[in-house]
Amino acid sequence: MKYISEFRQHDLALQLARAIAQTVSPDRHYRLMEFCGGHTHAIFRYGIQDLMPDNVEFIHGPGCPVCVLPTGRIDNAIQLAEQQGVILCTYADVLRVPATGRHSLLKAKANGGDIRMVYSTQDALKIARDNPTRQVVFFAIGFETTTPPTAVIIQQAQAERLGNFSVFCNHVLTPAAMGAILDAPLSPLANTGRASPNLSIDAFLGPSHVSTIIGSQPYQRFAKCYAKPIVIAGFEPLDVMQSVLMLIRQLNEGRHEVENEYSRAVTPQGNLKAQALMREVFELRPQFEWRGLGLIADSALTLKADYAGFDAEQRFNLPAIQASDTKGCECSAILRGVKKPQDCKLLGTVCTPENPMGSCMVSSEGACAAYWSYRRNGAAG
Amino acid sequence: MCLALPAQIIAIDTATNMATASIDNVKVEVSLALVDDVALGDYVLVHVGYALNKIDEEEALKTLALFAEAGLMSVP
Ligand code: SF4
Repeated sequence: MKYISEFRQHDLALQLARAIAQTVSPDRHYRLMEFCGGHTHAIFRYGIQDLMPDNVEFIHGPGCPVCVLPTGRIDNAIQLAEQQGVILCTYADVLRVPATGRHSLLKAKANGGDIRMVYSTQDALKIARDNPTRQVVFFAIGFETTTPPTAVIIQQAQAERLGNFSVFCNHVLTPAAMGAILDAPLSPLANTGRASPNLSIDAFLGPSHVSTIIGSQPYQRFAKCYAKPIVIAGFEPLDVMQSVLMLIRQLNEGRHEVENEYSRAVTPQGNLKAQALMREVFELRPQFEWRGLGLIADSALTLKADYAGFDAEQRFNLPAIQASDTKGCECSAILRGVKKPQDCKLLGTVCTPENPMGSCMVSSEGACAAYWSYRRNGAAG
Repeated sequence: MCLALPAQIIAIDTATNMATASIDNVKVEVSLALVDDVALGDYVLVHVGYALNKIDEEEALKTLALFAEAGLMSVP
């Protein structure tokens, strides 16, 4: 398959692994945070950690939209689905995320809530057109990759004067999360028995598809102000390995630049049309809660006043809900990069993909789900 | 959630700004609302039913050349 199989060739992976082994300096440790869940998934699925020298460690980042959504927002979505006459449209990934009291959208659906899985935002709009007597709400989640498709349907809904349609907006911003991770005080890796006393990230594998939209430019300030090398990396296994090699070279040479391995899809400016659309429809929220990272200023989007009529939070007067995570679940620490899935006592005993206790076990991009699906019989990673 | 797949554009409906794209011979409907100047035969990244960007063939070849270069360096 063009643009896929060429980037998965096994022999090339082994050669890249050898090149990495020859490039690392034996007397240092390399801690590389893969920001995106898509990279986490690829690293586990293709066994990339096994191809790395012992002193190259992947730290899983918060770039999994399902994982970082706080419980209170899932509670809100369930409230919406339980209202008379409402059809809640959602991407499939969020259905099984645990809400307060072991509830979930899946259970709300089983209890009679009209919850419909959609593949595209266009499907949600169609449901609204086809059901003029019902209130149709789209549960919008995701980073900058998924935001422009939401902006498109909000504009369409306005053009069509679709009075029965609204959006429960939970779109969040990648650079804000990266800043929060870098600004977090060094936190001790409590009880993990790991050699490193502090969370310290040496470099970042930058997002693939988020960057197709925002471009490589927004990462410049992290490279500059925090002296962290960043390589925008594709999601295919060879992309990940080549990017690791580029990061290691930067670290060895004392450089900290933004480099772009995924140049076949990412430009410095990104997709200007999509950015203009986002700016037209959305504005920054003063702050937003992230699972694991807490409240982050200017880190999420809400509908602008011109489109406020399509804002489900206003239409249904949704309350802000402070909810706590399942006891024992380590998702918060995992999302900050200070713990790994295997540090959680519930992993695989109480918490499995069939019966997830935390959000990191739900999406295939979540670190716990990726670990459990691909690693449980292998070495720790 | 952020997964996107390379797909080749095989038909374009300018009236609706929609296209048919082929991913490994599976046909999918794709909105072109986020991209300009997409032509038949182009490869685009498809995410939740939208083309996010065109894929640049020349850049893809450059990246493949980088892999080969690392391969040469690693010859024992
Ligand atoms: S294994 Fe389950 S309970 Fe433990 S951190 Fe992961 S999602 Fe939470």
